[in-house]
Amino acid sequence: MTETILDIRGLTKTYKGGLKALDNVDLQIRKGEIFALLGPNGAGKTTLIGSVCGLVRPSGGTIQAFGLDLMKNWREARARIGLVPQELATDMFEKVHNSVQYSRGLFGLPSSPERIEEVLRSLSLWDKRDSAIRALSGGMKRRVLIAKALAHDPDLLFLDEPTAGVDVELRRDMWRQIDGLRDRGTTIILTTHYIDEAEEMADRVGVIEKGRILLVEDKTKLMARMGRMEAVFTLAEPLPEIPSILSDFPLHQSEDKTRLVYRGGDGTGQGKREVAELTKLLVGQGIDFTALDSHESSLEDIFVDLMEKQE
Amino acid sequence: MSGGLFNARGTWAIFHHELMRAFRTWIGSIFSPVLTTSLYFIVFGAAIGSRISEVNGVSYGAFIVPGLLMLTLLSESTSNASFGIYMPRFTGAIYELLSAPVGFVETLLGFVGAAAVKSLIIAAIILLTATLFVDYQIAHPVYALGFILLISAAFSLFGFILGIWADGFERLQIVPVLFLTPLTFLGGTFYSIDMLGEPWRTVALINPIVYLVNGLRWTFTGSSDVGIWISLSMTLGFLAVCVAVIAVVYKTGWRLRD
Ligand SMILES: Nc1ncnc2c1ncn2[C@@H]1O[C@H](COP(=O)(O)OP(=O)(O)OP(=O)(O)O)[C@@H](O)[C@H]1O
Ligand SMILES: [Mg+2]
Repeated sequence: MTETILDIRGLTKTYKGGLKALDNVDLQIRKGEIFALLGPNGAGKTTLIGSVCGLVRPSGGTIQAFGLDLMKNWREARARIGLVPQELATDMFEKVHNSVQYSRGLFGLPSSPERIEEVLRSLSLWDKRDSAIRALSGGMKRRVLIAKALAHDPDLLFLDEPTAGVDVELRRDMWRQIDGLRDRGTTIILTTHYIDEAEEMADRVGVIEKGRILLVEDKTKLMARMGRMEAVFTLAEPLPEIPSILSDFPLHQSEDKTRLVYRGGDGTGQGKREVAELTKLLVGQGIDFTALDSHESSLEDIFVDLMEKQE
Repeated sequence: MSGGLFNARGTWAIFHHELMRAFRTWIGSIFSPVLTTSLYFIVFGAAIGSRISEVNGVSYGAFIVPGLLMLTLLSESTSNASFGIYMPRFTGAIYELLSAPVGFVETLLGFVGAAAVKSLIIAAIILLTATLFVDYQIAHPVYALGFILLISAAFSLFGFILGIWADGFERLQIVPVLFLTPLTFLGGTFYSIDMLGEPWRTVALINPIVYLVNGLRWTFTGSSDVGIWISLSMTLGFLAVCVAVIAVVYKTGWRLRD
């Protein structure tokens, strides 16, 4: 059994004005994993992170990190938690280096020029160390916030939309950084609107909507469970019914009988094999088709599917 | 809400960060009190003061030194501390402070300590500038230093509360402009309240600033309108009230945590 590093139970947050941003959330994060929290705007992702990091006062429920109750042993727990906020918010007039050094001190660690240099270099910020933060580009500003969050070597790191407004190259670069952190043993919880990001990086994925956790699952299992293959054959001539030789395949016809639709597979490649086999059989049977459109459903399809079911 | 120990390094980080922030604008920080003090001395000390012989046994110029000092200390301490905490609230940078292992005590010591130190530097600048215009003595230097420290701390705390309470820049300005400055002017900065006839003298005694100004004046001239111990207890009382208010603010998360 893997160790639980963060244990959230029955977490509820009702904002002033009565909006219920979190509704009885249960979530356990495993030590060393990368957990991606997905959800539409206003789902409660930032509120959830804020509740753990001390920015939001929960209305109910308990939060334990490293086995410590965050309400009671907050000082000890917070010293080991890092946060990169969604908004680019920091003292913009400050120099990069000073800002990161301040963060380290704030979290109670002795100054360490070597460690700060290491953090700045790893984020390609070393050359900018004496620049005022406001003079940096948006993507670089976000890196400064990451550097600030890493300055105290947190064991648990929250990244609230770390790649929002970051170009493709920088995004890939950031994914590498985050991977590097995982290799060092940091547990990472990130939120994102980019499904491919979760697909690329996360070990587990959670979906939240309207303050409720709809699903938490291993990414690979999730892909296997729902990561299926869909293939649509556009037929040259309408087919009255599906020939019995094809009855073992998960097939159905469109209403006008001009298309044959395959839906199957388990995310391990079985779908692709079956579609290949099916193609050969159709050719062998003399059933002509003019187009073949196939795709493997991604996390995005699963996500969209889940969201649609909610409505 | 406690547990764990006091975060000394965190306190130092806040203190240092706040002082550095002040020094980024050091020209304004240093030049403006020099200018203000000079102007007051030219207007009140030279122009008007030359027609007033003596107040409570000292020249009028020497009489207003502690008053001027108080005027600047109050406004600088208040505005420094209020901006210090309001700006991160406004920009969102406060997330870091709220998520860090620092609580009420560390935050206060850091912010108020820095604001108070800056006030002390300004006090020194004012007193040096004043020597260019008048001859004055400091009758009780140790008490004077203590009093300046206390007042800086008390009004930095007051500014801190203001910075947490304010939800816009106007609000940040309105209290100093509407209450603090008038009360300071009416509080005997430039005159002895004994110069007021009754009933105004009694009315003036309702103004808490009177006690602060007179306490400070006593440490300079050795005489004042009210007893030094009353002044001291008023200052300490004000300080205690501010600390208590901030403790409650932190306990409830008012205006800091949603
Ligand atoms: N300080 C606040 N006061 C009142 N309501 C708030 C506050 N902060 C957030 N909310 C509301 O709580 C809900 C959840 O917001 P939250 O910021 O947690 O969503 P999110 O999932 O992070 O969204 P996004 O993807 O847009 O960042 C929203 O309806 C939002 O309007
Ligand atoms: Mg958000």
